[in-house]
Amino acid sequence: MAELRTEPTVGTTQETDAKDGVRRRDFIDIAALSAGGVGALAVLYPLISQMAPSEDVLAESTTDVDVSAIEPGQAIKDVFRKQPLFIRRLTDAEIAEANSTPIGALRDPETLDDRTLEGHRDLLVTMGVCTHLGCVPLGVAEGENRGDYNGYFCPCHGSHYDVAGRIRKGPAPTNLLVPEYNFTSDTVIRVG
Amino acid sequence: MSFAWARQYEPKNGFTKWVDEKLPLPRLVYNAVGAGYPVPRNLNYMWNFGVLAGFALLLQIVTGVILAMHYAANAEVAFASTEHIMRDVNWGWLMRYAHANGASFFFVVIYLHIFRGLFYSSYKAPREMIWLLGVVIFLLVMATAFMGYVLPWGQMSFWGAKVITGLFGAIPLVGESIQVWLLGGFAPDNAALNRFFSLHFLLPFVTAGVVILHIWALHIPGSSNPTGVEVKSESDTVPFHPYYTAKDGFGLGIFLLAYFAMVFFLPNFLGHADNYIEANPLATPANIVPEWYFWPFYAILRAFTFDFILPAKLWGVLAMFASILLWFFLPWLDKSPVRSGHYRPLFRKFFWFGLIPCILVLGYCGGAHLSPITIALSQIATAYYFLHFLVILPIISSVEKPEPLPYSITDAVLGSDKKPVLGENTTPAV
Repeated sequence: MAELRTEPTVGTTQETDAKDGVRRRDFIDIAALSAGGVGALAVLYPLISQMAPSEDVLAESTTDVDVSAIEPGQAIKDVFRKQPLFIRRLTDAEIAEANSTPIGALRDPETLDDRTLEGHRDLLVTMGVCTHLGCVPLGVAEGENRGDYNGYFCPCHGSHYDVAGRIRKGPAPTNLLVPEYNFTSDTVIRVG
Repeated sequence: MSFAWARQYEPKNGFTKWVDEKLPLPRLVYNAVGAGYPVPRNLNYMWNFGVLAGFALLLQIVTGVILAMHYAANAEVAFASTEHIMRDVNWGWLMRYAHANGASFFFVVIYLHIFRGLFYSSYKAPREMIWLLGVVIFLLVMATAFMGYVLPWGQMSFWGAKVITGLFGAIPLVGESIQVWLLGGFAPDNAALNRFFSLHFLLPFVTAGVVILHIWALHIPGSSNPTGVEVKSESDTVPFHPYYTAKDGFGLGIFLLAYFAMVFFLPNFLGHADNYIEANPLATPANIVPEWYFWPFYAILRAFTFDFILPAKLWGVLAMFASILLWFFLPWLDKSPVRSGHYRPLFRKFFWFGLIPCILVLGYCGGAHLSPITIALSQIATAYYFLHFLVILPIISSVEKPEPLPYSITDAVLGSDKKPVLGENTTPAV
């Protein structure tokens, strides 16, 4: 004991540390637990990440569609990244109807011009995925319910889209998504 | 747990004595569901549904493991492999119909079990933990049933998967990433089907584990009873075996009669015809509805059609999850010291003329075609549902004047504690 007292620095440090309730050895506990925690997270990450889209799903990129055969007033359905794609050729009356809608009346304000390409105002390309919970709205095929606004009607929870694919009524929050696309020739569009 | 007068396990022969010293498993069973577990003598038929729910879980696990021997979880062949089970596998049609209708009957007994608990306030102290574990079981069973319904890869399977994973997409900021993670893609496809198969196999065993905790928690205070008065003496109880094993056996017989009547004569009555159409990612069926047991919650989801601070879509999702999650707080929302609804005149009125019609209306609206009338009805019923649990129940539990309670369970049954049939006061039959 007497020998220990001859080393005042050590004794003092231990005393002050003990007063705070922390000893130098506690650092070993903290370091060990931290290393264990980091290790556990490193194990957890691949276990969770394996459920994210795999390479083959991510590899689906673009879709080419020939739109020359679509007559005004007609619409077709195609597939883009395993989801339905709606392509509608609007009639002059429908374009006028879409342009006459007051922007203030819309839940997600966008004009028809915002939703179509310059020089192709009559070609409306949207995802056929309701922005509520992802069902395919009706209105592409002949005789299907086109809803109260002459566009698309989603049967799942009753969302109504207008002739420009804009949300007008029901639980869906936003307009039908317009994917990125451009014309690769006069008649063919490339989506994605 | 056990009451002081519980019978003790006594190994009879050399072998059972040897086992009892090494691994007292027979003792555990004897104390849990045998003669060593005293149960209130006045339980009515509403107390049958716990055992029936346990039986339904067992039925689903057995038929499910069998079906998994013949089913292929690949979007190319899943639908065909289900038809292969129906047509080619020996007794495959029986296994599939038993499993599909088994899910419906599972929910029938679970709902009766839950509403028993709601009426007799089985969630009140000291039984909160039993109730909380029960809500966990309910959530697990709903998740399992959802993923199982996806497996045949029919139209309802596919669009159900899309809509239900879409619920998570409504969460702000991280929602879409979560949805993509759940599906393993941007729409339900092979990746989603494959993992749903894996999880549909796993979750029933997780459920079985929580069921063990549920029963364990039940055995600490012992069963509640229709009077809500706690057990006071031996004459208030009878041993679980043979009294309640026999009564539960009788209930099981009735259950099996109803169940096999459905399986054999109306196997498709509770299903949706559109699930006999193979999944088509390009066309949503015009009448998409979930299975009947999800209808009340689906009606709550669909009741929100207008934006109010948050988008309507998020409101619907929050309300639907909240409608179940609020059950976790039920033991603390209902503060009345009286348990049984039998002695609570005001509570009884709101239960039978408020909550029950509300759930029935929600159930009807969830399955019905959307129309302005069904939307309005589900909005009113949704509002009442939350009012009932969050406002009405706390208020009536503080203003209500309960009816006089019986002194004891024996008193409630025989009118006097002087005439017990068991225990120290028993007079031998002359």
